[in-house]
Amino acid sequence: MNDLKYVGKPSVRIDGKEKISGATKYTEDIEYGPNLHYAAIVESTEAHAKIVNIDTSEAEKVSGVVGIYTGKDFPFKFGLYMKDRFIFAMDTVNYVGQQIAAVVARDEKTAQKAAKLVKVKYEPLPAIFDQMEAFKDDATIIHPNLGNYEHVPWFFPQANTNIAHWRKTRRGDVKKGFDDADFILEDNYSVPRYSHCPLENHAAVGLCDLSDRLTIWASSQSPHTQRNLFAESLAPLGFSHKDIRVIAPPIGGGFGGKAGVSMEILAAALATKVKGKPIKILWSREQEFYNTSQRQGLLAKIKIGAKKDGTFTAIDHRLYWDTGASAEYGANVVNAVGLSAIGPYRFKNISIDSVCLYTNLPPCGAYRGFGYSEFMFGLESHINRIANELNIDPVEIRKKNAIRENDTLAYGVAMNPNGLLECIDKVAEKIKWKEKHKTKDINTKVGKGFSLIWKAPAMPPNASSAAFLKFSEDGSINILVSGMDMGQGYLTVMAQIAAEILKVPLSKIRTENPDTDRNPYEWQTVASHVTWSCGNAVRKAAINARNQIFDVVSRTLYLSKDMLYLEDEKVKCKTKKNFELPLKDFVINGIQAEDSTFKGGPIMGHGLFMPEYTSANSDPETSQGGHPNVHYTVGAAAISLEVDKDTGEIHIEKAVEAIDVGKAINPSLVNGQITGGLLQGLATVLYEDMRFDDKGKMLNPNFTDYKIPTAKDVPDEIVPIIVEVPQPDGPFGARGVGEHTMIPAAPMIANAVDDALGIRIKSMPITKEKIALTYLKKEK
Amino acid sequence: MKKISINLNGETRVVHVEPEETLLSVLRNKLGITSPKCGCDRGDCGACAVLLNGRSVRSCLVLAMETDSQKIVTVEGISQNGLTQVQNAMLDMNAFQCGYCAPGIIISATELLENNSNPNLEEIKEALSGNLCRCSGYLPILEAVKESVKEDSHE
Repeated sequence: MNDLKYVGKPSVRIDGKEKISGATKYTEDIEYGPNLHYAAIVESTEAHAKIVNIDTSEAEKVSGVVGIYTGKDFPFKFGLYMKDRFIFAMDTVNYVGQQIAAVVARDEKTAQKAAKLVKVKYEPLPAIFDQMEAFKDDATIIHPNLGNYEHVPWFFPQANTNIAHWRKTRRGDVKKGFDDADFILEDNYSVPRYSHCPLENHAAVGLCDLSDRLTIWASSQSPHTQRNLFAESLAPLGFSHKDIRVIAPPIGGGFGGKAGVSMEILAAALATKVKGKPIKILWSREQEFYNTSQRQGLLAKIKIGAKKDGTFTAIDHRLYWDTGASAEYGANVVNAVGLSAIGPYRFKNISIDSVCLYTNLPPCGAYRGFGYSEFMFGLESHINRIANELNIDPVEIRKKNAIRENDTLAYGVAMNPNGLLECIDKVAEKIKWKEKHKTKDINTKVGKGFSLIWKAPAMPPNASSAAFLKFSEDGSINILVSGMDMGQGYLTVMAQIAAEILKVPLSKIRTENPDTDRNPYEWQTVASHVTWSCGNAVRKAAINARNQIFDVVSRTLYLSKDMLYLEDEKVKCKTKKNFELPLKDFVINGIQAEDSTFKGGPIMGHGLFMPEYTSANSDPETSQGGHPNVHYTVGAAAISLEVDKDTGEIHIEKAVEAIDVGKAINPSLVNGQITGGLLQGLATVLYEDMRFDDKGKMLNPNFTDYKIPTAKDVPDEIVPIIVEVPQPDGPFGARGVGEHTMIPAAPMIANAVDDALGIRIKSMPITKEKIALTYLKKEK
Repeated sequence: MKKISINLNGETRVVHVEPEETLLSVLRNKLGITSPKCGCDRGDCGACAVLLNGRSVRSCLVLAMETDSQKIVTVEGISQNGLTQVQNAMLDMNAFQCGYCAPGIIISATELLENNSNPNLEEIKEALSGNLCRCSGYLPILEAVKESVKEDSHE
């Protein structure tokens, strides 16, 4: 481990040149030939209504229209964790923007023109836009068939309500915990919906050829999961997995928004109706906002008890989530938080209720952070307030209560090895936590904010990864895997892992993008788990290939296998100093034996990984008894800012973030995650906010009105700190980092604003307008 | 439909365009140039930037007809004789992640460096502020542009 040559090095991305020369072909860039057709979508203008009639007669008259399809053509449900969606709306629509019909035509313009001529007659139903309204006993029921939906065994939907799932976690004696407290703080925090905003909108192309072979090209984080869901949903049409092929070209950002299945199913379904013709569906930027998945809105009610010395005695955390019109993915966000809403803290007495509520807003799903950014805003704000009330330094109270290795988690399992305290200390030092500085401008106040980082991958207990690895004649390697490089550098990291085992330089390794026909299984690229999970599979594939290499060398050249090792693309032998056999001499064509025959053949490694210790089965009333999470990645972050008390304008001087990644396979890419994730997090707290009108229509579905940061909005300095306490079952000790980097952004801004101005803002975003108005009110 | 002739990446290309067709659409769908991307189709994101007579424009806001007899350069053109200094700095520093915004940012950086051989950080930020990037947090891109200028000054 000490003499690593490729792992741990800040290598240049193996797909870097492709991206920088403009050569990368994203889904929309691929040539699909002159027979390409386009689909345009007819969308609901109502948030909740019965569909009385769909009149397609005028649209059908448009020259060039090939077909118009509605829910009647595809009466099939789909969904990742709960089958609560139809491909097109059936009898009712549940949100503005929901797809009702599609027009397929030979060109985009004709499809769009005809789609506008489809007339839908609605009978409006009462609509719900607030999860607390949805929670009321007399609320309109959005999914009357909820009791009959197929779902994973760890969901607990409640029939005849809007509760899609309710995760309860109970441990210890919460009443006694609060009785023992010297101080109790109880308050509410709210987080609105957010949009992922990858620069590349969703895009999918479907082709069902005349032999019923269905191919889908999609901008996707989940090619195998998509194939599985397409196969399940389209099974009534006679498709099985082997008939369906999902090709996932490089994607222009995902952030969770391209996980699972959303609009891609339209390409798959429509292709089955217009056989032999590829059909392209491109989401516009507007559609990207209102009809993919969004981040769920949250109302969190937090009650924490503490001793005078700052020791926490109990937590009661109630979380009410606005999951929108479908919970097929969002309910698992709710579930993940229901298991982990204690944060990275030692709590012995725990009560968590995480409630997933249907509303008539667009469906929500995975978003970088998977619920943790949302609940950590409240929790880390709350903990800062407790520290201030008890007159304890906010960093000290966190250190005092920070979770340690082998502490018991909320669901009764031991915490993994981690460097949380090291992260806290390093961040406090770099941000100069104890030092206060002043500004020259009398209107400007200075503040510092701190937050911890905490997240576990949320996955089914049997989510797995697999890898193939094959050599070519010159000793170069192609790795076949099915994770997605959404920019995080996955392809490069997999190559570095293989390079390390096989002693082949990165310049001779390619990692291939997924194609479900060719590449082995990967569950999805979500949950910050592919470095860990698929990294293990690639490591095993490389070891498997190495064993094949040693085997053929040993049996052909009569060298003991145990004495063989790899170095500089050659096989060498510990006991025979002069022996060296270049890999390129035999990895395809074998080794010639003394009798002039050849032994061996193409070297092809394979590897797989599934965590065999996880289980989602637990007591539904307490969540005790299972082992739902594989491990937590932890860290700490702090910010130093200046805020203008009159305008609320914030200037971030410095942000520091330390994460325990177990082992940074590529530190340059980890730093990239920290810088990029932190700014994405800062955007959610400083600028972004989805707005809907009183009829459920999104008001700001574009980059003019939904502002994401530009180059001028970056902090003066971001200091990334990598901490490495190895993950016992990680490849070279690595664990995930992608999502975690944005989690501390919102609470540390809230805490810094409080530090600067003495105002506590409990609802995101913390815009300058909100700061200025809150400060004005305080001064009055 | 009108026939236009443009100088695209140093080569004369003749193409028939409709009055409402944008330069972006013609480049992508009729001329096989895919580095400019359609991220928003309303001039917000900058992913479709190209150089029109040396000045960066959002090709989703330019009508193809207006470019008759004009000179257009895309990242394909910039890269055709190998990567430029600023591209190499971006590569070496892992400045981009998903890479979707990269062509637009390279266009903006190229324009900047053509006009200002030694820009300071504020000038670089200003020049790139019309290009959205959701992955990188911008700092690695800004540093790469700065770095490429530094190398320049050693020559």
